[in-house]
Order: sequence, then structure tokens, then C-alpha cells
Amino acid sequence: MFSIPKKDAITFLLFALVVLTMPIWLSPFGASYPGLLQKFAIYALLAVGYNILFGLTGYLSFGHAAFLGVGSYAAVWSFKLLSMNPILALACAMIFSGIFALAIGYVSLRRSGIYFSILTLAFAQMSYKLAYSVLSPITHGENGLQLTLQDPRTIDLMFMERGVSLPTSSLFGIPMNGYEGFYFCAVILLIGFFIAQKIASSPFGMMLKGIKSNEDRMNYTGFNTKPYMLTAFVISGMYAGIAGGLLAVTDPLAGAERMQWTASGELVLMTILGGVGTLVGPVIGAWIIKYFENIFSAWNESILHNFFAFLPDNIEGFVVLISSKFVGEGWHLTLGSMFVLVVVFLPGGIMEGVRRISSWFLRRKDPTKDQEVVDPENMPKPSSEKGE
Amino acid sequence: MDAVILQVLNGLDKGGAYALIALGLTLVFGTLGVVNFAHGALFMIGAFCAVTFRKILTLEKVVLSETELSPWGTPLEIRTPFAQQWFGDFGNVLLDYSVPLSILLAIPVMLLIGIVMERGLIKHFYKRPHAEQILVTFGLAIVLQEIVKAFFGANPNPQPIPQVFMGAADLGVMVGMAEHVITYPKWRLVYLFFSLGVIGAVFAFLRFTTFGMVVRAGMSDRETVSMLGINIDRRFTIMFGIAAVVAGVAGVMYTPILPPDYTLGMDFLVLTFIVVVVGGMGSLPGAVLAGFTLGVVQSLASMTEVKDIIPGIDQVIIYLVAVIILLVRPRGLLGKRGVMEN
Amino acid sequence: MVESSHNTVLHVADVHKTFGGLHALADVDLAFEEGTTHAIIGPNGAGKSTLLNVIVGKLPPTRGTVVLDGEVLTGKSPYEINQMGIARVFQTPEIFPELSVFDNVMAPAFAKRDGAFSMNLFKSIESEKDIAREAEEIIVDFGLDAMIHTHAGALSRGHKRRLELAMCLIQKPRILLLDEPTAGMSRHDTNTTIELLKKIKSSGMTKVIIEHDMHVVFSLADEVSVLAQGRIIAEGTPDEVRGDPKVQEAYLGGTYE
Repeated sequence: MFSIPKKDAITFLLFALVVLTMPIWLSPFGASYPGLLQKFAIYALLAVGYNILFGLTGYLSFGHAAFLGVGSYAAVWSFKLLSMNPILALACAMIFSGIFALAIGYVSLRRSGIYFSILTLAFAQMSYKLAYSVLSPITHGENGLQLTLQDPRTIDLMFMERGVSLPTSSLFGIPMNGYEGFYFCAVILLIGFFIAQKIASSPFGMMLKGIKSNEDRMNYTGFNTKPYMLTAFVISGMYAGIAGGLLAVTDPLAGAERMQWTASGELVLMTILGGVGTLVGPVIGAWIIKYFENIFSAWNESILHNFFAFLPDNIEGFVVLISSKFVGEGWHLTLGSMFVLVVVFLPGGIMEGVRRISSWFLRRKDPTKDQEVVDPENMPKPSSEKGE
Repeated sequence: MDAVILQVLNGLDKGGAYALIALGLTLVFGTLGVVNFAHGALFMIGAFCAVTFRKILTLEKVVLSETELSPWGTPLEIRTPFAQQWFGDFGNVLLDYSVPLSILLAIPVMLLIGIVMERGLIKHFYKRPHAEQILVTFGLAIVLQEIVKAFFGANPNPQPIPQVFMGAADLGVMVGMAEHVITYPKWRLVYLFFSLGVIGAVFAFLRFTTFGMVVRAGMSDRETVSMLGINIDRRFTIMFGIAAVVAGVAGVMYTPILPPDYTLGMDFLVLTFIVVVVGGMGSLPGAVLAGFTLGVVQSLASMTEVKDIIPGIDQVIIYLVAVIILLVRPRGLLGKRGVMEN
Repeated sequence: MVESSHNTVLHVADVHKTFGGLHALADVDLAFEEGTTHAIIGPNGAGKSTLLNVIVGKLPPTRGTVVLDGEVLTGKSPYEINQMGIARVFQTPEIFPELSVFDNVMAPAFAKRDGAFSMNLFKSIESEKDIAREAEEIIVDFGLDAMIHTHAGALSRGHKRRLELAMCLIQKPRILLLDEPTAGMSRHDTNTTIELLKKIKSSGMTKVIIEHDMHVVFSLADEVSVLAQGRIIAEGTPDEVRGDPKVQEAYLGGTYE
């Protein structure tokens, strides 16, 4: 059951190495503080899970933020009612988001194409709106769900006295903020990555790719595609739920804004930017977007002035004026432009770029090896036949 | 009963805005086959045409008074808008009517933006999968709204209603009911008629002009029309421009109802996409019908009587209707077979 | 018209299909005998593809039933009908363009072995040695071994058709439906395909072929039914049908050929 092809094993080990050494190699980029590192791991997990649905089956869900939100709420409630143990919280997050995904997926998957996207969007927006209004007793509306000193925490309080300050999530005494929190998230990410890798290289994964490639053929070949789709939907919903749970583990509060459709949009962006359908691509996409969000949005004009100080004064002023629109408050402009550029020039995302560059190098080194390199012209564009 | 009529009326002007945006979205989808997530941004840019127009009109000449002092002891600043200075009373009229007059600015601006967008970006995506179209236009929408934010800031920019249309019209009296039973803000009435007018104009244009005929033919069968030697591409470019104009003027006239900020487009986009899908992808009458229907339904759901029965229904009613319609009638209210189906 | 005898495997019983006011199929009654190759010919628009669509469950008939070995197929989904042993080759090859030729052939083998749905989540494809061997064999048989790791979408049209046939045959279906398997092929490719189809003729599989090319029909078919305007107008051996004046009239006075 846990036999793993050699190529996948190498990918996994490299990936694990990269993830676990993040605090080291990210420090020159100024991104090596726990809060951001945790986000890197969490959003990478989210993107890996989303890719199981969008990347493998080609179904574009615009509602995955809802599962993220449900996961967060479930985890915080688990903190409030049961225990500050993160494992228990994640289990709650997974179960609730799974049930939620099962219900939404069952209905949404009755339609395909853009209708599926709109259905998922509608459900996510409903969840978001209800979280703000009627469900306030559960979600605490605009204030967000937070821990209080009066929380029952049944399990914890069986073993210890109620403290005087708000508790933090901890795994058998290890606090879940700081670098420990990052490593906890990173381990979960690695488990998630491993499972995604297994799925992608399993017959089940092959069927999902078949659905993306030609759903009709799958039916005439004897596959009942609906349960395949639903399983993929629920699995990716659970990934999102666990990611939401991890957000709550590292910072125990949950707000409805996590469920807004722009959050789903951001997730789609991560996947596309990195490379849909590849395992590592969505992770890279998530890291880049979170990096820009955190670093660029913190930049301001004085940093820019220092950055461009080598330029002559009048030119510097102009350059700073223009570039200041892209950082700080305006970092979304960078995000949007990046998007447009990637979709226009590199529809396969960053992984496609890597592939192109490496095939170019291979070809230059050894022209006889050409046969192994698939000509990009002949490469079928993903789902282009389907979309028309 | 009166309350219901009032809510229906309240829904109609919002429905008008939905219908106008959905109409443009459908035109673009039907003619170019492009799912345009930047269409909401066009509505928002239209609204900011009104803001800009008013900013231009209210550019002031500042003169330091030589005799009078302000309460702080500095020379008093006398501000006179150039419009007033140059045109006198007519200038004041201009200012008063700044919102409807901005349409004159919005039409060429939106047409230009539409054509540039289509030629510069959208046309490369005709043959690409819908998912990529959605993504590139989504990115474009972010860019457009951030540019607007860079120029106008993040705060809403309220726009005035012309004096004549201030206050409410007592519609009840007109149909012989008692006074103050059904009163309705005049500007909303204006918006309703305006949207009906624009919708009528678009339909007439498609129905009665050769240009419109070719476009309609192209909507149903693009290949054949282009084989006839008609330059369908250029017509589609213009069609994109027209769709942008429709969204733009809808945005202009909506500014007194909802002060625009840069997120206006995104807020409306999700709703209008639902409108388009409910109406049936590619169906113009469907878009209009669904626009008004959803506007009214939303308005009715926000009545306290309804909310008491089903709490929170006003928040989710549009999405709920969309889900039900998509499940019961997969092609939407008036959709044609085979559009966007795999 | 033809009474179903004891070795009838597939019976299309009085099937009627209308689209709006158009009668695409009118009281079509066909019996397909076990192990035979049955050709259905007819002018364009005669309802041949509609017939196949009704058999595989793509279209529900307005009236009538399709029966496989005493079991009614009508109302079942395409995947259930395939699981019961009916595979179809389409007029334009329906393959998985983004998957490799190897995967294209493996997927149907999984459907055959594991059924319509199986949560085969954690076993890697590499460990499925039996299915891989089976797929390799059939790929070699069909002369596609040189491109086994190519994306199927990059194949030539002729190769795509051959691949689709391989995908159907790896399932060892009881009934193979072929919708114009040689349309648009050169004479050489047509002959290769005929040879290929003849080879599998011996395996006892029942084949239903829709075909325009009389050369193909007469090389392969044991039985021919002629469909015109949704009705069966003639049935018999190729030689009987060839001489039938009604058939000549349908073709000459028909819409095409």
C-alpha cells in the first residue's frame, strides 16, 4: 500500500528538505519569521488540496474559501469546547469541512463547466453571508470567533486548572505559535503532499485526469464519473478545512472574511500561477502570492527611495512614484498584473516556464536527446478542446 | 399589499442595474464567447466617469481676499468653480446636472476602454479555455480597480442628485390611492426608466440595423458569417465597446444611489454573473428578465415580514434562487441548448 | 422483422426516436447474432448514428427497448451499458488527448477490472503489473508501441482511431459498436483497419459497423441492414442487399451518394 515509485520518492524527499529548511533559506529574503512561515505552509497545503480538484479533474471551484472558513470555525470551537490540542482541532476541522464539502459537492456536481463554478460560488457566498448574519451565535459575526476565559474546554480542564490568561494552542506542551507552530504546519503539509502524490499516481488519479481530458469518454468506457468527482471534491474540501484549522491553531480566531469569494479567487490564482495539475506548482504559487502579500504590502516610499537611491534624483523620484503604486496598499495591483502576465504568456504557470527552460537547456546540450522532449507546439493545451 | 408594491418598486431600480450589467456581459459572451470577469470593473469605471466629471466641473479658482479675513486671521480664500466663473448661472446648472451629463463623458471613454481592452487583451483569448478567460479578466479587474484606487482613494465618492429629481414621488396618488402610501424616490424612478431605455435601445439596435443583424447572426453561428466575407471581428470589437458603454452608463447613473468606491465592480460582478447564468448564458432577453426578477426577489426578501419567517433570507436569496434554477433548469430561464455545456 | 432467435445477443426492439417532429428512427427492429459482424448502411441522415446513440444510452428512445441477453438496457446510463459489455468506437475518435497512449489503454482496463467506481486511492499505477502487461500487449498488436508515451492528442488521425479501437478491445466487450471506422482514411489505412478488424473477428465478439464505404462493408460483414429515413428497408447477406432494387433507389434517390 505504501510502495512509492522512485521518482515520486525523490520528489518528496526534495520537497521535504525544501520545506523543513525554509527558516534558513528564506532569511535572506526577509521572510523567515514564524507568522509568515506558518502561512507559507498552510496556504501551500490549501493549494495542494485544491489542485486535487481543479488540477486533476479540471472542475473550477470558486467556493473553496467556504471550507477554509468552516475548518477555522470548527477548530476554534474545538478549542473552546474541548481542548487546546491542535490534533483534535484539526480532526474537527476535517470532519466538518468534509461533511460540508459532501453536501455542497453533491449538489454542485450535478452540473459541469461554468455552471459548476457558479454553483460553488453561490454556496460559498451563502455561507459567507449567513456567517455574518443569522449564524452569528456560531460565528460571532463581524467580531470573529475568539477564545474567552469562560470557555468550557471540557477535556483540558479535567487535567488542569483554569489559567488566568487566554490559553494558547499547544501540542503536549509545545506551544503552536512561533517556529514550533511552523514545524507543526510543515509536517501536516508534508503529509498532505504525500497523500496528494499518492492520489495523483494512483489509478484513481488517472480516472480524475481522464475526466478532465474527456468526461464523455469516461462514461462510455464504463466509469461512473460522479462518485469520482465527489470523492475528489470532498478530499480537496478536507484539505481546505485542515488548512483553515491550522490557521486557527497558529492564531486561535476565525472570521467570516476567510469565506469571501475573493479568498477563493486568491486560491485559484495560486494554483494557476504555479502550474495547474502539477504537484509542486500550486505550492510555489501559494508561496509567491503570500510572499508578495506580506513583503510588498509592508513596503513604503522610504524603502523604495533607498532601493532606487543609485538613480539620479529626478529619475529616482519618478521611478519611486510609479513603483509606489505597486507596493504597500497597492500590492494588489502587482498581484493583478502578475496574473494577467502569467495567463497571457505562461498559461501553464511557473512550472511550465521551468519545463520550457529545462527542455531548452537539454536540447542545447544534446541535440540527439530531442525525442524525449515533448515539443511545446504539440503539447495539447490543457482542456482547450473541452472549453469550446 | 402596499408594502409589497413598494418593495417591488425598490427592487426594480436595482434590477435595472443588474439587467444593464448582465446585458453587456451576455453581449460579450454571446458574440465573442468570452467570459468577462472584468465587466464589473467597467461598471465601476463608468461610475468614476461621473466622479471625474464632477471633479473637473468643480475645479475652483482660489483667490485670496485682500480685505476680508477668515476666522483664523488669515486672508479669506474665495473659491469659485471655473464653471461658475465662465458660464455664470449656466455653470450652476451644469454642476447640478453633473451626473446625467457625465454620460457624455462616459460614452467615449467607455467605448475607448472597451476597444482597447478587446484589441489589447481579450482577442487573444477567443480560442483559449473559459477557465483562462476567467482568470485573465479577473486579473484585469484587479488591475483596473487598483488603478482607480490609486487615483481616487478608497473612500466612497457620493454624487448629488439634480435638484429636480430630489425627494420622492407619490406614486400612490397618481393611481388614486391615499397620500404617502407609495412614495418612491424620484431618482430611482429615473434610473428605472433610464435602464429600460438603454435596454430598449440595445435591442432595437440589434434588431433593426444591419450591424445588429450581422452580430446576431454571428452570435448563433460565427463560422458561417465569417465565411460570407463579413469582417465579423471588427464588428465584435465594436460590440465589446458597446457592452462597455452600457455597463459604463449604468454605473454613471447609479452613483447617486450608491456612492461608488473602487470595490463597486467586484460587488456587482458576482451578482450579475448569477443573473446571467439564471437568465441563461447567451440569452439577452434572459439577462434582462433575470436582472429584474432577481432585483425584485431580493427586495421582497428583505421585508421584515419575510425575514421573520426565514431569518437571514435577504442575505442569501439571490444565491438560493440561482442554485434552484440551475438545478431545475440547467440552461437558466431562457437559455439555449448547448451553450457552455460539456 | 427478424424474430429473435436463441443466439441473438443484442435486440433493438421496435425503437422509435423523434426529435421534435422529425422521425429519426421509426420502428427499428434489429437482432444482432452472437459472433457475427453486422453492418448498418444507409444514406446520410438515415438515423444510423442515432441508433448507436440509443444503444449506448446517450439518447433515450421515444418508444421501444434495447435488450442485451434478456436484460433491458433502455434507461441505463452509458457507463452501466459499457459495464454490461458494450464498447463503442466513435466517428471522430473519442480519446483522452492529454493522457499518454499507455494511460489511454490502461484506463478502460481498470474499468473492466474494478467496475464503474473504485476508491483505488493509494495503490500506484506502477504496481498494477497485470493491467500494464495487458495494455502493452494490445498496444504492440495495434502497432502503437513506438508512441506509447506520447500524448494521445499528438497522434495522427489514423493512429487516434487505432488507439480508440485498442481502448475498446482491451475491455473484451461482448459487443463492439463501430461508427464509420474508416471515414476519412486513405485506401491504405482503410485496408490496414480492415485487416485489424478481420483479426478480431475470430474472437467471437459481436460487431456492429456503421459504414459508408461499401468496400469495407463487403470485406467484413456477415449481415447487412439498410436504414433509410429512420426505417429498415432491407436486410440480408451482403450479396442479397447489393441486388435489392429498394436499396439502390434509397441510395440514388436519397440525399447522398
